[in-house]
Amino acid sequence: MTSIKTVLAALVALLCLAGSAAADDAAIRAGLAKLATAKGFAEIETVVRELGATGDPAVAKPLAALADGNLYVRKSDSSVFIGNEAGGSLALLDPVTGSAAGTAAKGEMTKIRVNNAVRRAVREAAGSLTLGGEDAAARLSAADALFLKPDPDAIEALDAAIAKETDAAAKARMEQARAAAVLVSDRSEAEKSAAIRLIAGLGSREALNLLTGFEASASGALKEQAAAGISSIGSTLMAWDGAQNVWYGISLGSVLLLAAIGLAITFGVMGVINMAHGEMVMLGAYTTFVVQEMIRSSAPGLFDWSLAIALPCAFLVAAAVGVAIERGVIRFLYGRPLETLLATWGVSLILQQGVRTIFGPTNREVGNPSWMSGGFELGQLAITWNRLWIVVFSLAVFALLLFISNRTAWGLQMRAVTQNRRMAASMGIRTPWVDAFTFGLGSGIAGIAGVALSQIGNVSPNLGQGYIIDSFMVVVFGGVGNLWGTLLGAFSLGIANKFLEPYAGAVLGKIIVLVLIILFIQKRPRGLFALKGRAVEA
Amino acid sequence: MITARILANGLDRRIAIFLAALVAIAIVVPALNLLLPPDNPLHVPTHVVALFGKYLCYALLALSLDLAWGFCGILSLGHGAFFALGGYAMGMYLMRQIGSRGVYGNPELPDFMVFLNWKELPWYWYGFDQFWFAAIMVLLVPGLLAFCFGWLAFRSRVTGVYLSIITQAMTYALLLAFFRNDMGFGGNNGLTDFKDILGFNVQSAGTRGALFAASALFLALGIAVTATVTRSKLGKLMVAVRDAESRTRFIGWRPERIKLFGFTLSAVMAGVAGALYVPQVGIINPSEFAPANSIEVVIWTAVGGRGTIVGPVIGAVLVNWAKSWFTVALPDMWLFALGALFVAVTLFLPRGIVGMWDQWRSGRKDRRAARGGSAEATVETPVVRAKSVSAPALDAAAPQPAE
Amino acid sequence: MFKITTATRHLIASATMAATISFAGVAGAQDDTIKIGILHSLSGTMAISETTLKDAMLMLIDEQNKKGGVLGKKLEAVVVDPASDWPLFAEKARDLISKDKVAAVFGCWTSVSRKSVLPVFAELNSLLFYPVQYEGEESQRNVFYTGAAPNQQAIPAVDYLMSEDGGSVKRWVLAGTDYVYPQTTNKILQAYLEAKGVAKDDIMVNYTPFGHSDWQTIVSDIKKFGSAGKKTAVVSTINGDANVPFYKELANQGIKAEDIPVVAFSVGEEELAGLDTGPLVGHLTAWNYFQSVDNEANAEFIKTWQAFTKNDKRVTNDPMEAHYIGFNMWVEAVEKAGTTDPDAVIDSIVGVSVPNLSGGYSTMMPNHHITKPVLIGEIQADGQMETVWQTSGLVVGDEWSDYLPDSKDLIADWRKPMSCGNFNVVTGKCGGQGTN
Repeated sequence: MTSIKTVLAALVALLCLAGSAAADDAAIRAGLAKLATAKGFAEIETVVRELGATGDPAVAKPLAALADGNLYVRKSDSSVFIGNEAGGSLALLDPVTGSAAGTAAKGEMTKIRVNNAVRRAVREAAGSLTLGGEDAAARLSAADALFLKPDPDAIEALDAAIAKETDAAAKARMEQARAAAVLVSDRSEAEKSAAIRLIAGLGSREALNLLTGFEASASGALKEQAAAGISSIGSTLMAWDGAQNVWYGISLGSVLLLAAIGLAITFGVMGVINMAHGEMVMLGAYTTFVVQEMIRSSAPGLFDWSLAIALPCAFLVAAAVGVAIERGVIRFLYGRPLETLLATWGVSLILQQGVRTIFGPTNREVGNPSWMSGGFELGQLAITWNRLWIVVFSLAVFALLLFISNRTAWGLQMRAVTQNRRMAASMGIRTPWVDAFTFGLGSGIAGIAGVALSQIGNVSPNLGQGYIIDSFMVVVFGGVGNLWGTLLGAFSLGIANKFLEPYAGAVLGKIIVLVLIILFIQKRPRGLFALKGRAVEA
Repeated sequence: MITARILANGLDRRIAIFLAALVAIAIVVPALNLLLPPDNPLHVPTHVVALFGKYLCYALLALSLDLAWGFCGILSLGHGAFFALGGYAMGMYLMRQIGSRGVYGNPELPDFMVFLNWKELPWYWYGFDQFWFAAIMVLLVPGLLAFCFGWLAFRSRVTGVYLSIITQAMTYALLLAFFRNDMGFGGNNGLTDFKDILGFNVQSAGTRGALFAASALFLALGIAVTATVTRSKLGKLMVAVRDAESRTRFIGWRPERIKLFGFTLSAVMAGVAGALYVPQVGIINPSEFAPANSIEVVIWTAVGGRGTIVGPVIGAVLVNWAKSWFTVALPDMWLFALGALFVAVTLFLPRGIVGMWDQWRSGRKDRRAARGGSAEATVETPVVRAKSVSAPALDAAAPQPAE
Repeated sequence: MFKITTATRHLIASATMAATISFAGVAGAQDDTIKIGILHSLSGTMAISETTLKDAMLMLIDEQNKKGGVLGKKLEAVVVDPASDWPLFAEKARDLISKDKVAAVFGCWTSVSRKSVLPVFAELNSLLFYPVQYEGEESQRNVFYTGAAPNQQAIPAVDYLMSEDGGSVKRWVLAGTDYVYPQTTNKILQAYLEAKGVAKDDIMVNYTPFGHSDWQTIVSDIKKFGSAGKKTAVVSTINGDANVPFYKELANQGIKAEDIPVVAFSVGEEELAGLDTGPLVGHLTAWNYFQSVDNEANAEFIKTWQAFTKNDKRVTNDPMEAHYIGFNMWVEAVEKAGTTDPDAVIDSIVGVSVPNLSGGYSTMMPNHHITKPVLIGEIQADGQMETVWQTSGLVVGDEWSDYLPDSKDLIADWRKPMSCGNFNVVTGKCGGQGTN
């Protein structure tokens, strides 16, 4: 008897559960159906908030799809589906369960349009939903969302979540979110005071944001405490700002280093300023574009490897063009550096127009692979991945060049020719070959720089012109014939520029740096690390 | 009076011909434009007058660069800066002349200051309502900049490619500075919308003719001055500095002073060219400071032949005419042609057109002399050979003084 | 390696020069055609934007010729390349008018190029149709401004952001490139915002040079400014090239469109084609036309354009639509006047109404500006703009901004008898011959 009763009870329980699940499902579907008929963004936003208020975690999936622009309404029966692009049509999924529901042509479906307000509403709704979710990362992001937009009604939910939270990071964040919520609620002064202390201790910009908002409407002791918190955060942030500027300077310096190091090599060995250097960088960037286009059309899965594939291609392309220029033009102008300057200027015009004719004059899209996008925080330092990778990359290139220059036979010959061409020739070094090799190497490095620079700027035929003046400044400042000079020159110019920028603005900062370089050259006419010796003449 | 002195100096025939030609052009072309009716086959249309007036200003600029580069060996990749500064000085005068005929009707402030909400004229604009003041500034400002820059650079013995690069830095810094709207020079729109110069309407055909004539005459003056300077003793010193600076220094001359003089004079000439350019073109804008423009000037000089005086003039007119022609005939491809021109000139015409001509002429003379041996032969210059100095005898006994 | 003798060298040089110079280029003039000048940069910094407009004009001329030309004559396009060189613009304009005897010129992009050709058009009495959005503060007898004046782009965008739909923005960052268009637009916007009650502290203004590529500091300043507790938006008049690194940096530093939206006035479909638009989704632009606008005229236009350029991925943008409107207005004015004589066209074009590509009509007003709708769009992942708001009616271009103290009393009316570009309604006087 007892067993039958338990079985019956279990069955009833199951039925109830199923019933409630079905009831929940029905509520969600009713809400989604309203989405299909909603007119205007304001109505859609209202529906989103209603769905979020149900508290059912199953709502998260369709809401995320809505924010991403993947929620569609079928024109024929106004039913709502999640649609994913599959070839030329859409693969439909059920919004609640996610199960496949056939395919449809794009013409049969209307996309539900969203604007920023709707996306914000979705984010807030999703945030509170996943608080009790299974994935620790989801709970963390839910806590984040609640911290940014504190809601006094969420305090109970947060309390419950904190109680059963096991992950330390998520727990800490939830407590911060709770403190933020307390600030905007009407809890007791003591609670609010504790909340202020917790938030002030964070020392972050969001904390500053919250306290400023609170301080504006507070009074009495709480107001003073909030003000004190604001000033302490302020001084922490100022210290971090200084560090941030140093980081920006380093990243700018690494860009300058990449752009200039090829030029430094050719200038050092051959004494010619290659005005077409900027165009080598441009060729590298365009090679990246071509590689990415090929990957996009034939093997989209390899996109994250596109830069790795583009590097050797860019090197070869730029080096080939460089050697062609050297053999075709510069070789005949041996010993006349100023004529070489002019001839390479003509070559740069031809290259620019050539690229313009082949690829068109407009910017070309070079995408960032996933590991190059976004950033992370180190304390209060915002470090973006692309800049970090470029710094690492430039140092790697520098190290490679140092190795080639100091440890290989080619490098030895290069250095010999830099110091004393005649003597080197007398010792049996084939200077024309060294010239060709050097020019090829310098151009190839410029090509590689182009791959990196395509990630942070435009890819257009005018790309080279933007970097040529800066490269000259680095080479002239750092001195010729010494790679360390270029390194030091690039980084000091970058940091100087970035420290001046907040005070003088970008333009005035640049002007000041240029004037300083001009004055510096008066003191040391051959740059920081000048080659010494009698053989070194004009 | 100047002509007499020049001829008295035994100036080269070619330069004299050129000067005469320029003076003739200065008179004839505006006459043909103004006096003849438009359907007359000899009539020179106004747009041609404007175009060639511009070319003559460019020719003066190229000439000034030739003085610095061809004769002193200073490759300045920033001469456009002096050109533009002279142009701005003239432009400021022209802006003040607009008075209340500007778009907002403000008698004191130029239009761009009005819509940027400036309340009064900045101090550096005072005085520009007088022509004599503006004229002095046209000469003074580029000259002063060149003097300071040159004094610092040459004293520290910055030479060769380094010097060229820092002249580029100078012009680039000026470009950035003048682009800033709060500098009070019109920002990137520059100074434009001119009405009068010295009371005459800038756009009337008569004024255009007069400006054309002025350009031709100033070019002639520039040629005369350059010729006089380079054929004087100072000129010989300049060439010495250009060819062997260290040696000149060791003999006892001060190359930095010589270079400074050459550089400053050339900057002043460039400033004058800029001042004449602006009323003919109707606008002055910071992009005149662009490094690319300055490099183009070098090309004009190289095409014409540096170190000759008439070469850069011819080069400037030719290259700019070619550019005007190409941008109409081959609008999609003209940069190829221009770039090819630069490469071809440096590879195949290292001495420029005039240089090539001179070389051909002297080559012909030599060949004729070699073939002939008649009265045409050049005078035999006696060759004095030093007695061969024998190596000092390796005589261990006689001590030799240390070297 | 054979030695090149001096003589051979000279021969090659002369041959090269002769070849390049004698390159036959200019086609012989045909007498029974009407010439149209196209003055857009095909090289240099502005080629990126202007080459498309040259192609658009060629297409429009082609289409008109298929319909039989104008006044029974075929149209002939005269294309020149002023190479982003401002004095060259003036020179080319003069050539087009005096030498080639064009009936009208469609061209220019930057304000500098327009300012340098104004005296030429005034002196030689020809017509210029200027298709780009600009800062206003100008109205010339010989110029027709088919692009947006600030009240047809900037002010409605700010209105949208201040509204609830746009997020009820309270703090503003006005970020622009350092030249006249952003400077003037920002002055106008500052005056407008202050008139609407925004405190001076809530407005941050920042200028960068052309082609500025290192946005780290500025973007982090924007982040700082935006974390003071009030909803912040960025109004961007950043010019062309610098937009790419700007948007990349915004995305990398984690600024989302929902938090700090950026509305840009110089970013169109053409510029987005060169960008990875994934991180830009949700940011805004304000124009009078989007390629995504859904109507028959636009669909037809896009189809013709993609067929003409033989590229079905080629995008259309607002300045192209401005040329479309301007060209059709010119054609209609010429047909109305019966001649291409500029004075007659100037008189007959006021009041001409042609269909635009946003689904309505645009009319040429007496101040030589046109009526346009204003569309605010959000950038989509495919580089198109999705309209999220538009003005209920057409906005008349107002070149003398009411928010600047020196221009609020000015109006322009080129109909007779006033015929003045800067008439002061308070003093009752026409502001000198200065505009001509």
